[in-house]
Amino acid sequence: MADRAQPVSATPGKIVATVVATIIFGALVAVALRAETGRGLGAPDWAALRFTVLQATLSAFFSVALAIPVARALARRRFKGRRLLIALLGAPFILPVIVAVLGLIAVFGRAGWVSEFLALFGLPPVQIYGLHGVVLAHVFFNLPLATRLILQGWQEIPGERFRLAAQLGVDGWAMVRLIELPMLMRVVPSILAVIFAICLTSFAVALTLGGGPKATTIELAIYQAFRFDFDLGRAALLSVVQLALTIAAGALALWLAKGDGFGTGLDRHVRRWDGQAALARYGDGTVITLAAGFLLLPMLAMALNGLPTLLDLPPQVFSAALTSILVASVSTLLLLTMALPMTAAIAQGRGGVLELAGILGLAASPLVIGTGLFILIRPWGNPLTWALPVTALVNAITVLPFALRVLVPRARDVVARQGRLALSLDMQGWPFLRHVLLPRLKPQIGFAAGLAAALSMGDLGVITLFADPDVATLPLQVYRLMGAYRMDTAAGAALLLLLLSFGAFWILDRGGRAHVEA
Amino acid sequence: MKHLVFAAGFLSAATIAVAETPELTVYTYDSFVSDWGPGPQVEEAFEAQCNCDLKLVGIEDGAALLARMKLEGAGSDADVVLGLDTNLIVAAKETGLFAEHGQTPELDLPIGWSDSVFLPYDWGYFAFVHNADAEAPTNFKALAESDKKIVIQDPRSSTPGLGLLMWVKTAYGDEAPAIWEGLADNVVTVTKGWSEAYGLFLEGEADMVLSYTTSPAYHLIAEEDPSKAAAAFDEGHYMQVEVAAKLAGSDQPELADQFLAFMLSDTFQGIIPTTNWMYPAVTPEGGLPEGFETLVTPEKSLLLSPEEAAAARDAALDEWLTALSQ
Repeated sequence: MADRAQPVSATPGKIVATVVATIIFGALVAVALRAETGRGLGAPDWAALRFTVLQATLSAFFSVALAIPVARALARRRFKGRRLLIALLGAPFILPVIVAVLGLIAVFGRAGWVSEFLALFGLPPVQIYGLHGVVLAHVFFNLPLATRLILQGWQEIPGERFRLAAQLGVDGWAMVRLIELPMLMRVVPSILAVIFAICLTSFAVALTLGGGPKATTIELAIYQAFRFDFDLGRAALLSVVQLALTIAAGALALWLAKGDGFGTGLDRHVRRWDGQAALARYGDGTVITLAAGFLLLPMLAMALNGLPTLLDLPPQVFSAALTSILVASVSTLLLLTMALPMTAAIAQGRGGVLELAGILGLAASPLVIGTGLFILIRPWGNPLTWALPVTALVNAITVLPFALRVLVPRARDVVARQGRLALSLDMQGWPFLRHVLLPRLKPQIGFAAGLAAALSMGDLGVITLFADPDVATLPLQVYRLMGAYRMDTAAGAALLLLLLSFGAFWILDRGGRAHVEA
Repeated sequence: MKHLVFAAGFLSAATIAVAETPELTVYTYDSFVSDWGPGPQVEEAFEAQCNCDLKLVGIEDGAALLARMKLEGAGSDADVVLGLDTNLIVAAKETGLFAEHGQTPELDLPIGWSDSVFLPYDWGYFAFVHNADAEAPTNFKALAESDKKIVIQDPRSSTPGLGLLMWVKTAYGDEAPAIWEGLADNVVTVTKGWSEAYGLFLEGEADMVLSYTTSPAYHLIAEEDPSKAAAAFDEGHYMQVEVAAKLAGSDQPELADQFLAFMLSDTFQGIIPTTNWMYPAVTPEGGLPEGFETLVTPEKSLLLSPEEAAAARDAALDEWLTALSQ
């Protein structure tokens, strides 16, 4: 690998991957080294492991299975408001858990809209609590991400392919078999792995909607080890189990995702001629409507909840909003600094280990990472002073896997198409990046940056471990309001958070949407 | 200003100017320091008399607070820790980090208090809160037999959840597993913490939520909304007594003592009822705020001693897990 000529150096990417892995494992080791007691893993921990794997598998499966028809419909259709819809569909993914859960419950809960509607016909209310509730919530969170990633797969099929297919009269099943299925085989496994990994660390959702202690995940077991037993050894051990699961899922996905791209295209806009029959049109319309309803109704419920207090929020909420915007901006910059060199490195090689390093961010328990960093920082600095930089950094690391999912496939194609030509023109390093790679990655960079900003805005994660009373982020302020019984104000603040996250995503993803639209 | 400090932190490890006035660091839980909690008023009032800088640091909840103390050990910056409860006292004392308070306060608790390390600053009764216009069961057995739906908190991640375990254990002893089995079909769901549970209740997901007898006071006083009530249980109500102590390794022992004394003063105690929504440990001269007289007063106060609570904890958790996992 090293002896092959490369358009850009892979070294910066390798350095970043090493730094990311060092931070995560360093934090883990720091926690493990502080362990005094340790009773190892018991039967309840293995039950938690089984439940975690079960719910994450189901969640990943349903998220992706439902996202395929949605992405396909969106890829084939052009209609007014499509841009806005695609952007809006991204919103659930970036919400703080409790806010989204309350939104879901307003729609699907025992006293929710669906239950009230059923009551009109004398039917019993929907039962949302249980394994299916957990999966429903995880699909709500992850369907949008899966849709966007698969939609990207569709966009990356060269336009010439569709032109050729149209000339040959390919439609229906032949289209699926010749063009769509190969693409899906290439993108779906890694998306499954990413969503599986996201759902592995789920905790508040699984507990709240799982209905009780049956729904204990590894993350809750880590929480218990920390808070209830203060058994750091067990917390670290459970964290290793969580990491191992994610690495296994990641490795499997990368292995499955091996395969060739679609070869050379001419960077033209993609136009579609297939799927114009009435049946296909109505089918797509139904799919889009159902998905939009499922994703947008809970958000509408939250908006209705928050609207009455939105204009009447106390000043502390606005200063927290400023803090969150600052954290999100820094986090986004950090993310791009990490993701771009890694993308460049991965795109030129087989990149397995590098990609695994990128996926680690998903598996790391925020509680363990936060505590580990706390232990590491304390000897030489006041952790409180570092609350916001650490939050921004950890947020960037947790978004890194998504960013790589977004950036790498496109970057691989660009390198495969243009790399040899560039080398033959003796165009390497910065000129290659500036003239070839970065311009072609613009939409993906926009999408990744949008995700980073929005996720960072909505993340509660490590800030609670470091929190300085004077510098709350907006999600923390929402919790504080709830803790002080001010549920109405909290709903208003949550709506503000939704608007900010969404706004950040909208602004940064503009390039990405233009691409999707084209 | 904080943003500038933050920005500077990225460029260089910003060294914050050493304060000339002595600084007293108090670790507490997050809702205490929030702008709607007692924190801001307490800070202002104490700084007016101590000629010092009071630094309140909020760390999630009581359980997280104890975990943080264990993590930091003897090198902790904290001078005082405020916000543990009786269920955590034994574990806290085992760390050997805390010093005796040496005070002989006159407290207005429904039970006697003689702990030489931890001083109570407020207390409350756990209770199931419901809509005032609905009938409420009068004990756990009636609740188990009814079709009332309840939301509770997980004892592994929250102090109210742990309190409920202790409540059932104290009221029913060896019968506790049977009570939990009876309650299993009433439990709609279990949440990570108090906020999630209370939010679900207000959304109408359950008839009752585990909270405090003082919760309706918030709705009544702050929102002029009399629609919430707490159910009185005839087997008695378990108490949560919130306590504070000073650290043995404090570099400001006099200031820490001064703070603990201030904590039981009229000023501090007067702030508690309408910010922390709990009963003050010493009734202020002016009495309790108007509205508190409408609250349910349990006939029997239940509370395990710290040692009993520590001994009962693991078995009670196992019983709970077993009953609710079926």
